[in-house]
Amino acid sequence: MEQVGAAALPAVIGGILVFAFLKGVDVFDTFLSGAGEGLHAAVRVLPTLIGLVLAVTMVERSGLLDLVCTLVSPGAKAVGVSPEIAPLALLRPITGSGSSAFSLSLLKRFGPDSETGKIASVLASSTETTFYAVSVYFGACRYKKLLYTVPAALLGDMTAIVFSVLTVKLLG
Amino acid sequence: MLNYIWFAMIAASVVCALVNGRIGELSGAVMEGAQQAVELSFSLLGSMCAWLGFLKIAEKSGLCALLAQGFSPLIDRLFPEYRDNEEIKGKICMNLSANFLGLGNAATPLGLSAMESMAKRNQGAVPTKGMILFVVINTASIQLLPVNMAAMRSACHSAEPFGILPEIWITSAASLLVCVLFCKLMERREGRLWNR
Repeated sequence: MEQVGAAALPAVIGGILVFAFLKGVDVFDTFLSGAGEGLHAAVRVLPTLIGLVLAVTMVERSGLLDLVCTLVSPGAKAVGVSPEIAPLALLRPITGSGSSAFSLSLLKRFGPDSETGKIASVLASSTETTFYAVSVYFGACRYKKLLYTVPAALLGDMTAIVFSVLTVKLLG
Repeated sequence: MLNYIWFAMIAASVVCALVNGRIGELSGAVMEGAQQAVELSFSLLGSMCAWLGFLKIAEKSGLCALLAQGFSPLIDRLFPEYRDNEEIKGKICMNLSANFLGLGNAATPLGLSAMESMAKRNQGAVPTKGMILFVVINTASIQLLPVNMAAMRSACHSAEPFGILPEIWITSAASLLVCVLFCKLMERREGRLWNR
């Protein structure tokens, strides 16, 4: 199954190119004109990224994250989840690299096939980095009011937290 | 919204660092964070250019439109505003497919391109319902095979790296469903406010 995953990228690129080539599109010229636009797009998201990563790094380094984790861990214990999962649930919507590093440490400590390891694996792979997606997508088009975007996204994250614990406890 | 969140994150960090005596570390974190962001956007630059290049090829060859037609029963229902816009529908399909196949590097550039096309058509000061739903779907996970997680699990000597697939599918589906339903509910409510 790992090979199937690894084959996805070459298969998609190959498919796009072969289809276009057969249709008579001048593929390289078209690629260049599209790729040129990437430069502007990357520059446009840079300010958003700086603001976001800066704030996330500050939250991590100031000890705020540890503090919040200690505050929520009694709640986690009450529902029968090991309190070590709580930081992952908090990190996942905010930082992609931070949460992968943390899941890896959980897998190493508890073992990937333990209940905690399984919950961590399910939680980390069934959600995305919410704040990154929201701020990069909306930052690029410069909207100030986001209406119900953030509540909707966070509701999804909370559902994922509940279901990752439920599915592992019931199925695993 | 992001104004408040961003301000709260930074203000709370400063207070927390003062209390914990970590203010020295915090001042290092500010510049380090800014540098990390630049590194991140440099690594994004490559995939951004490459994927926008491939997107252009897919658009010119008609593959995008074909994808949009194929998925239109689903896309039309989710994004009724863009029912007649093949370009936007095609870009949305490309982004969702990239997410589904686990091509994270491709999903961001394709998604940004879709957002830009939607923003170009929108005259108002607030994002359209379609834009919100699109971003919210992108904050949920619709990945078919979580390859990175499986790699991480096998690196930790898991007996079955893909053994948690059913759990992941159920959890992602539940989370996605809740996101979409909530958005659809809010769309109606906003419509009612609009009419008053």
